[in-house]
Amino acid sequence: MEGAQMTGTGFDLREATTRLLGRIPLVAALTAGVAIVGLLVQAYGSDELKTTTITGLIDLIMVVGLYTFIGNSGVISFGHAGFMAIGAYASALLTIPLVTKSVLLPDLPSFLANASFAPLPAALTAAAVAALLAVVIGIPIVRLAGIQASIATFSFLAIVQVVLSNWTALTRGQMTMTGIPLSIDVVGPTIWAVVAIGIAYAYKQSRSGFRLRATREDEFSARSLGISVGRERFIALLVSAFLVGLSGYLYARLVGSFSPQNFYLEITFITLAMLIIGGRNSLAGAIVGPVAVTVGLELLRRAEDGSFFVSIPANSSDIVFGALTLAVLILRPDGLMGRRFS
Amino acid sequence: MKEIAQYVVNGLSLGALDALLALGVGLIFGVMRLVNFAQGAYIMLAGYVLFFTISAPWAVVIPLTLAAGVVLALVTERIAFRPLRGADGSTLMVASFAVAFLIQSLMVTIEGSGPKSIPIWPVMSDSVTLFGVRIAVLDLISIGTSACLLTGLWLFLTRTRTGLAMRAAAEDFEMLRFLGGRADRVIAVAFALSGLLAAIAGILLFSQTAVVEPGAGTNAVLIAFVATVIGGLGSVLGAALGGFSLGVLTTALQAALPPGLSVYRDAFVFGIVIALLVFRPQGLLGNRADAQRVV
Repeated sequence: MEGAQMTGTGFDLREATTRLLGRIPLVAALTAGVAIVGLLVQAYGSDELKTTTITGLIDLIMVVGLYTFIGNSGVISFGHAGFMAIGAYASALLTIPLVTKSVLLPDLPSFLANASFAPLPAALTAAAVAALLAVVIGIPIVRLAGIQASIATFSFLAIVQVVLSNWTALTRGQMTMTGIPLSIDVVGPTIWAVVAIGIAYAYKQSRSGFRLRATREDEFSARSLGISVGRERFIALLVSAFLVGLSGYLYARLVGSFSPQNFYLEITFITLAMLIIGGRNSLAGAIVGPVAVTVGLELLRRAEDGSFFVSIPANSSDIVFGALTLAVLILRPDGLMGRRFS
Repeated sequence: MKEIAQYVVNGLSLGALDALLALGVGLIFGVMRLVNFAQGAYIMLAGYVLFFTISAPWAVVIPLTLAAGVVLALVTERIAFRPLRGADGSTLMVASFAVAFLIQSLMVTIEGSGPKSIPIWPVMSDSVTLFGVRIAVLDLISIGTSACLLTGLWLFLTRTRTGLAMRAAAEDFEMLRFLGGRADRVIAVAFALSGLLAAIAGILLFSQTAVVEPGAGTNAVLIAFVATVIGGLGSVLGAALGGFSLGVLTTALQAALPPGLSVYRDAFVFGIVIALLVFRPQGLLGNRADAQRVV
């Protein structure tokens, strides 16, 4: 009795600090970390480091978008690179200078031929076009469960590939799409990354997010409570496609030229690996995964050049990356963040 | 008429190859619930073994190629997939990407990333005339090989003890272990078979393309994966039927689409795949009770 009174009235500074820190969500801390690194690189980084950082931020936005669908619903998607492609092509059609556009794409319909958007409206439009496509493809996909849904998303990606490679008037087909104004400003992508994490967090904490995670944990119990699995998955897919479309816009601005091949299997596998390495059931994992992979790959690449402490033979960074990914999966099958922060 | 017969032979041949690819994927999925993308790497290795040994007599080349496929499949099982047994399906899938990526990168390091042309046996590009229709020898070999393998596999699964254990594993793996089934052996046999099927499919595939590169096999395994699902997961016969239907559908669309649209052929194929999944989620031969469907 006496002891209880003591702790009740006394003030313990250490305990208070721990509790205060404990109240700051891990996601907020990680987001702040990402923002600080982005701003530091903008202020002090070399052009090379800036490019690497922007690439990492684009992957981060893509993976956060993937998480919004995969993490909350538990359905693996192989199709999100399709949304990234749409975002990138939309951004090309909206931002290539008009004169260049009339040379590169002479057969454009006039409303596109004369479209010249400022960066912010272009980004939002590109992301919205990706989300609009998700409305169409979402109708069949949310009706399917598990592995069937995964195959349907892959089929969607294959269809996007075929259409982009052959609709020459709009996409230049197999030829490289080029002429997009370049930018290696890190601040823009950093802000977008923070916004993307904010949107993913808001969805996660929303009524729909909670319902969708309930269906992930136990579909039948969730349905018995009146939750419509299809409806919640549909909403998550739209939010997710919007974020991934945004990453496509930023990608186009960073690299300036690309072809349909850039949005096919390689990017699909790498971003999925980033999500699973981080921990597919947690937003924190969707931030940690891409950061860990980007930093790891950059260090390996530098070791290959010999500009890092150890030096490794050329081309071995891929081998090491594959082996490390496998090791992480074997040692921590739920990813670095596990399920604790889901 | 002749043209139709030509398309039928092409369809059967492509269907036979896709069926072989799908069988390997379907077997592993059956026993382990693993969607094994590393299957593409087994196919690719078969291509490189062909590239290195093609000048030797075929009686040496073929056994070596098949052995390479089997050994690689067993090694990946032991090193990567055994420690992950029982892990979540998506973890297993990404692990198999990692394995495929690792093997591909090793190949790039050893042989470079450029394509290597394989001077395949001239008989493979010959053709014979049957009932007035010219048929490529390779098409006949593909159809014959898959017919034999399918029959052999069916006999193995239904008439042998290991085959029985494998079907039991596909049904309920835990129960098989409770009843004293040897899980390690069943899984190892499944991997050995999938390596064998991949190597055979590889020989047929590379006889057609005559070129191998580190990324070869990736597209083949994706087609196989789609075929397995539309055939009905967990059903070996379904996997074969799925692969076969996919090949026939592709050829039929090639013939039926007007010239302007034929470049979009694969978009139609995958559109039909999505429609099939929506209307028949359990696959062509799947069990109604296994169907997972949300709405």
